[in-house]
Amino acid sequence: MQTPTDSVQLAAELRLPTNALDYTILGIYFVVVLGIGFAARTSVKTTLDFFLSGRSLPAWITGLAFISANLAATEILGMAANSAQYGAYTVHWYWIGAIPAMVFLGLVMMPFYYGSKVRSVPEFLLLRFDKWAHLLSSALFAFAAILIAGVNLYALAIVVEALLGWPQWVAIVVAGFFVLAYITLGGLSSAIYNEVLQFFVILAALIPLSVLGLKRVDGWDGLTDQLTATHGENFTTAWGGTGIGSANPLGANWLTIVLGLGFVLSFGYWTTNFAEVQRALSAKNLSAAQRTPLIAAYPKIFIVFLVMIPGLVAAVLVPDIGTADSDLQYNDAIPYLMAQLLPNGVLGIAVTGLLAAFMAGMAANVSSFNTVFTTDIWAKYVVRDREDAYYVRFGRLITAIGVAASVGTAFLASSFSNIMSYLQTLFSFFNVPMFVVFIMGMFWKRASMKSGFWGLLAGTTAAMINYFVLYKQDVIGIPTDQGANFVSAIAGFVAGAVVMVAVSLFTAPKPDEELQGLVYGTRSPGMAEPPAAGDDAWYRRPALLGWGAVVLAAACYIPFSF
Amino acid sequence: MSEHFEPGERHEAAERLRRAGYSEADVQREVTELEQKSTTAARIFDLRRIIGGLFVLYGVILTLTGLTDSDAEIDKAQGININLWTGLGMLALGVFFLVWLWLRPASAPAPPLPAPEDAPSE
Repeated sequence: MQTPTDSVQLAAELRLPTNALDYTILGIYFVVVLGIGFAARTSVKTTLDFFLSGRSLPAWITGLAFISANLAATEILGMAANSAQYGAYTVHWYWIGAIPAMVFLGLVMMPFYYGSKVRSVPEFLLLRFDKWAHLLSSALFAFAAILIAGVNLYALAIVVEALLGWPQWVAIVVAGFFVLAYITLGGLSSAIYNEVLQFFVILAALIPLSVLGLKRVDGWDGLTDQLTATHGENFTTAWGGTGIGSANPLGANWLTIVLGLGFVLSFGYWTTNFAEVQRALSAKNLSAAQRTPLIAAYPKIFIVFLVMIPGLVAAVLVPDIGTADSDLQYNDAIPYLMAQLLPNGVLGIAVTGLLAAFMAGMAANVSSFNTVFTTDIWAKYVVRDREDAYYVRFGRLITAIGVAASVGTAFLASSFSNIMSYLQTLFSFFNVPMFVVFIMGMFWKRASMKSGFWGLLAGTTAAMINYFVLYKQDVIGIPTDQGANFVSAIAGFVAGAVVMVAVSLFTAPKPDEELQGLVYGTRSPGMAEPPAAGDDAWYRRPALLGWGAVVLAAACYIPFSF
Repeated sequence: MSEHFEPGERHEAAERLRRAGYSEADVQREVTELEQKSTTAARIFDLRRIIGGLFVLYGVILTLTGLTDSDAEIDKAQGININLWTGLGMLALGVFFLVWLWLRPASAPAPPLPAPEDAPSE
């Protein structure tokens, strides 16, 4: 899920005692990042290479990149903050808010995405609906991607300033330069390779931090005992206090959690956000594409512990964290523990992991932005029918422009941080109507060509009205932003669905022969491909992998439910 | 559309058709053509070598740091020699990737490259 990042303000006292050893570790990483860019450069010849790695990567790489593209630093710091604030409710963002959607993407939607050979999520809308739905979704996605990349960059600058003492502009320019360099050189391949590398480095940072954190508070039992004493019994349970009408810190009940977070928001994000789906589309065959989100699901189930434990430990060590009595914000949970617990060496790994996660978060957005802007906007509406090499050159140029725009956004954000958080909320609603349009388009043949555009528009508007007018103006009473997020998502979903049905009833459906491979029950030629050798092994069967992940996630709830 | 289908112009006719509007078949054809020209599968280096190399290097650095850490560092980390343990863990992961690469070199999964030529499959 896109993390709700309140402005990432860090206290000045968090300056880390870094030394030459830590900087050596960081320096090695930057060299490797650039090296990957240069080495991947020779593999780029066509637009398909630059934007989709030639649809040739193995499933373990695309799977880890899939999770890494989401495991940006804003997610890591934000989810630790969530845990320090709301407690074990954080598990919902993972077990119900990610796993079912990822499995659905792999098992149900991927055959349509990959089999139709579309190069982007908006392109699927072009085939299924019409160019208005396509243009609207492409333009909004491109805009949102740059904005989120800029927000990532700004968050990085604040964290680096607090932890390492670099001025903000230095951090913004340095990180922007590295992302620009490796994506322009190697395209999606170098973005994905760096994401996989980042995945392992961030694990090497978070595992020691969680172990030491638990040791500090006398283990898991010590942690829950102390939290129960200071924060109440519900703080360490997943469902305690979520009955409808009962008050809890999250401001949401089980119904809005299951429907709003678990169904609408999470399915919207995981199944239609191109920054994620792009990783699966670059896999080498349909089986690998299906397994991409499924392979990602298993680490995702357990990563929650690595962000939740530091958050909970911080809540024990600094009981008034996030309140006016403390200098520390919720977002400071992980940096605070890094400063308290990690000696030089592992500290360098942790700093490297955080910076890598910031850059990967930005790179995922830049590499999906350049694809949508080039193949969906430029090549279809502006300069059409040029030779392929032209679009590779244009892709590199627009990458540079995109990075420059996000650097600009980052500087803008440093002066108007409230506006940024509003915009982020606004775009978090954009995935919701996308999901309605997709689900109706894929499962209801009658959904007409025009209904896509109107469904998108109506869903987005309804979610925004609910959040910015009904909630912000106190017309309806919802205790927290998070709770309001969930309700707005449900409102957007329902409005989008209703409008789509209404428009479809009065406008012409798309002819059957133009829907092959786009609607459930039809097949495109691309889906008929035979599985590659070895893909029929039982441990590579998508259905088994997918249902295994769902069962495992459900089982993880058990110890947190009683 | 175009009636004179000389070999070179066949492509142009397709181009003109494409302008009329994108359809499922257009995207299929265009991407299939690009897949045949794509060079990623043939030329991309093996990521396992990079991960293996970096983690062995990090592992050695941290293990050595852990072996020479003073009591102050170990006390800070709650009495655990965290540099040593993290270093050994990273070393193990790095070695795992190098061994995997050694046992199953990239040439084994390379055949997907010729495959696109003979069938519209991949």
